[in-house]
Amino acid sequence: MLLKLTGGRIFDPAHDMNDVVRDIYIRDGRIVEKPVDGRIDQEIDVTGKVIMAGAIDMHTHIGGGKVNIARTMLPEDHAQAVFERTEMLRSGTGHAAPSTLSTGYLYAEMGYTAGFEPAVLPINARQAHMEMHDTPIIDKGGYVMLGSDDFLLRMMAANADQEAINNYVAWTINHAQAVGLKVVNPGGISAFKFNQRKLDLDENNAFYGVTPRDVLHRLSRAVKELGVPHPLHVHGCNLGVPGNMQTTLDTIQGSEGIPMHLTHIQFHSYGTEGDFKFSSGAAEIAEAINKNKNITVDVGQIMFGQTVTASGDNMRQFAGAPHAHPNKWVCMDIECDAGCGVVPFKYKDQSYVNALQWMIGLETFLMVDDPWRIFLTTDHPNGAPFTMYPHLIKLLMDKSFRNDMLSTLHPEAQKATHLASLDREYSLYEIAIMTRAGAAKLVGLADRGHLGVGAAADITVYTDHSDREKMFEKPDYVFKDGEMVVRDGRVIKVTWGTTHVVKPEYDVSIEKPLKQYFDKYHTVKMSNFKISNDEIVDDGRGSLTIQPLHKGGRL
Amino acid sequence: MTENSTATVWHEVASPFCGIASDDLTIEVTGNDVKVLENGDSVTRAGFEAPIGDIQPRIQGKPVTLDQAISHIVSLLVESKQPLIGGMGTDLNGARAAMSLADKSGAIIDSFYSPAAFRNILVLQDTGYMTTTLTEVRNRVDLLLVVGTDIESTFPRFFERMVWNQESMFEQDIASREVVYLGKKPSGDASTSPSGKKAQVIACDNADLPEVISVLRALVKGKTVQAESVAGIAVKDLKSLAEKLLAAKYSVVTWSGGQLDYDHAEATIQNVCEMIKEINATTRSNGLPLGGKEGDTTVNAVASWQSGYPMRTSFNRRFPDYDPFLNDSRRVLSNQEADVLLWVSSFNTSVVPPQMAEHTVVLGRSGMQFDNEPEVYIPVGVPGIDHVGRTFRTDSVVSVPLRKLRDSGLPSVFEVLSAVEQAL
Repeated sequence: MLLKLTGGRIFDPAHDMNDVVRDIYIRDGRIVEKPVDGRIDQEIDVTGKVIMAGAIDMHTHIGGGKVNIARTMLPEDHAQAVFERTEMLRSGTGHAAPSTLSTGYLYAEMGYTAGFEPAVLPINARQAHMEMHDTPIIDKGGYVMLGSDDFLLRMMAANADQEAINNYVAWTINHAQAVGLKVVNPGGISAFKFNQRKLDLDENNAFYGVTPRDVLHRLSRAVKELGVPHPLHVHGCNLGVPGNMQTTLDTIQGSEGIPMHLTHIQFHSYGTEGDFKFSSGAAEIAEAINKNKNITVDVGQIMFGQTVTASGDNMRQFAGAPHAHPNKWVCMDIECDAGCGVVPFKYKDQSYVNALQWMIGLETFLMVDDPWRIFLTTDHPNGAPFTMYPHLIKLLMDKSFRNDMLSTLHPEAQKATHLASLDREYSLYEIAIMTRAGAAKLVGLADRGHLGVGAAADITVYTDHSDREKMFEKPDYVFKDGEMVVRDGRVIKVTWGTTHVVKPEYDVSIEKPLKQYFDKYHTVKMSNFKISNDEIVDDGRGSLTIQPLHKGGRL
Repeated sequence: MTENSTATVWHEVASPFCGIASDDLTIEVTGNDVKVLENGDSVTRAGFEAPIGDIQPRIQGKPVTLDQAISHIVSLLVESKQPLIGGMGTDLNGARAAMSLADKSGAIIDSFYSPAAFRNILVLQDTGYMTTTLTEVRNRVDLLLVVGTDIESTFPRFFERMVWNQESMFEQDIASREVVYLGKKPSGDASTSPSGKKAQVIACDNADLPEVISVLRALVKGKTVQAESVAGIAVKDLKSLAEKLLAAKYSVVTWSGGQLDYDHAEATIQNVCEMIKEINATTRSNGLPLGGKEGDTTVNAVASWQSGYPMRTSFNRRFPDYDPFLNDSRRVLSNQEADVLLWVSSFNTSVVPPQMAEHTVVLGRSGMQFDNEPEVYIPVGVPGIDHVGRTFRTDSVVSVPLRKLRDSGLPSVFEVLSAVEQAL
């Protein structure tokens, strides 16, 4: 079956195609050359339509324990977003923390064809995969979290050589079935268990004498040396703390040129200027990003309204718990492995702090020059639900709309930002970089995020509407692996995406100390910790796609 | 069924029969006979070793084929105004299939263990909590406060695995750990330290726990309490307990919702959980709710991620409609609000429907006995014995793989319910 999309305007940054009219041919789920025999089975006229690869959310909390705690704890929030069952679709609920089936449908209906869970605790990875398995249409994958796990900290305290750490990282990525490595408040989740309430970049974990800087250094090196394409995914120290911009600048400085992805940078870009002792550090942070080409960021834009924050950073979530809205929250210490905190939150446009957070996010988007190194996220659901993306895209693409919104916010906050003077408007090409080509490159997806021959036929077709929110919330068509899954913004076919993983090599000798460690200290056996490939395939709906490592990767 | 007289020995087998899901069992299988060789206890031995009984489905007590039984269930669901899927004793994929069928048939879902589980869920949905997991307890606990629960009667290996283990990762002197019971007394000596130190017991009745916990919380907060005793307990004893909680570096307060079996026990648990939050103002303390056996944690987790809500959700209006009171299966059955009851109990032959509906279907562990034969009975395999599966532990964080230990030919809940849904 050969499908031709005729006459569309192609925005494919991976191939430097900016608004080029070109036909696309699809066969067996892939983009192919124009058939030599000219035989076409089906043709869809997309003349004048905007064609991009399917969008990729490189940081979205869609699966795993903390998301499910958020779901269970928020019946009142679900009541405002109820999805009826149809002949084809399962029912569901959820505005801030949607049920898995609804999550897949909603992403697809916005033209997204992949989402990556950024905080997979090794011991909870099985659950994260179960939930992602129940998330239809989109592809998925996870970044497995290390950095406060006692096995690593023990190795570091014992001054283990880098090769041993690389080996442990590779083993964990393999057996948690992950596509990348994440660190959250490096060493800080462990420190909280020892009753430390903050941990600066150069402060020692009370038990191990290890600093966050050490953890970042070890893990970022491991990722690079193993050839894992996605750079170490860093949720830094001091999230949400006024003045944390200095920590962030020091973290960038300390990266020593090794690739590092700083996630939800907005939450790490705060100064202490002004009457409220809370100010924007976006300009300095953006400058540092622009200068340090090894650094990538996603923004974690906040939007006003009710949401829920769900994070592995239980140290900072505990500190933020007094702001819970509604007033209920969960913090957990987890298995000498990690932790989590779930705090519902309502961002208010008449709050000075929340208004400035909104401004800081947008300032960052507009002041970071290179769209290949900045990514569009709300840190779903921490800054806002992912369903706000079309609105966010409009804010980036439409200066007058942005400034109209700005003028309604807390007046003191307006005085504390230069946002109104920033003239930049993102182009469609830049949006395609941030949400497609750049994201695929960052995550390490060889065959996604572009429209070249051989790519998976994940394709979104939009009508070029001057109201960008309307344009991006309702694509004309979405194709997933060559199948039309969405028409006129509605799911018309349910498919099940693949799970992207990487499989860095490791030396099996690591299992000797690991088995001892599990036997002695843990309540699960090492053999039962490992997630088999069969578990990902599961009832037959799932599949595993192994992405290539960078050349030269080694232990 | 395969007849096989040679024994196979399995190592590092996980048990779904207890909420702590110990996964260090050694099990020998000969034909269909299962024997726990190592690390068994009263709960896991009973769970694994229960013999297979009937393997053929029945309608009105008469043997039928599986296909006939499935067709009959389909016809019941087609005619049903309000089905109820109850029991829900199953694994991950059984829960998935039950959710999918509930969505399609407009059923109410509820679990046999909901009365216990909801004592915690209602707290989560109202104020939340701070909790920890089993490996943290094993390595960090310095003071274990047990509220209203005789742990060893339902979690026989809890102390051996989580409290009196050989060694902590953090150089803690294990012998220095302290155990305090508040409420029920322990029924045995599992809580006694290897060197013979007995747990402190501050005894009271369940009915007095609301008051006792309120006073303890007040004392933790530094409030002055005028009374000298509460429910027969000297306030000075509670005061010294409050001081211990504040002095401990990593106290763990544990309870079993199943054993706090009195009206509105959730209010007591909430008071415990708020007290734990308050202790964390200066030191570390965490809750550890114990429960979750036989797939209980699993079905609540799966329901939450697939619908947004745990058990006690109705799909009658074509969307998930959650009500922890109206959708209580015992209430629904006693008010005869469901005309078809589809009861799932694949782990435990004694978990039978509390009451029949107009039409009752049971997917039960082989060997189940009934006072009143249900309209349809399908003997099903046990996850972790007859087929592979996955189950969650009490902490709702860790899930373990369950293995297929024998080839009994019994269908899984997933297979039966998926077939029903497809034919519907």
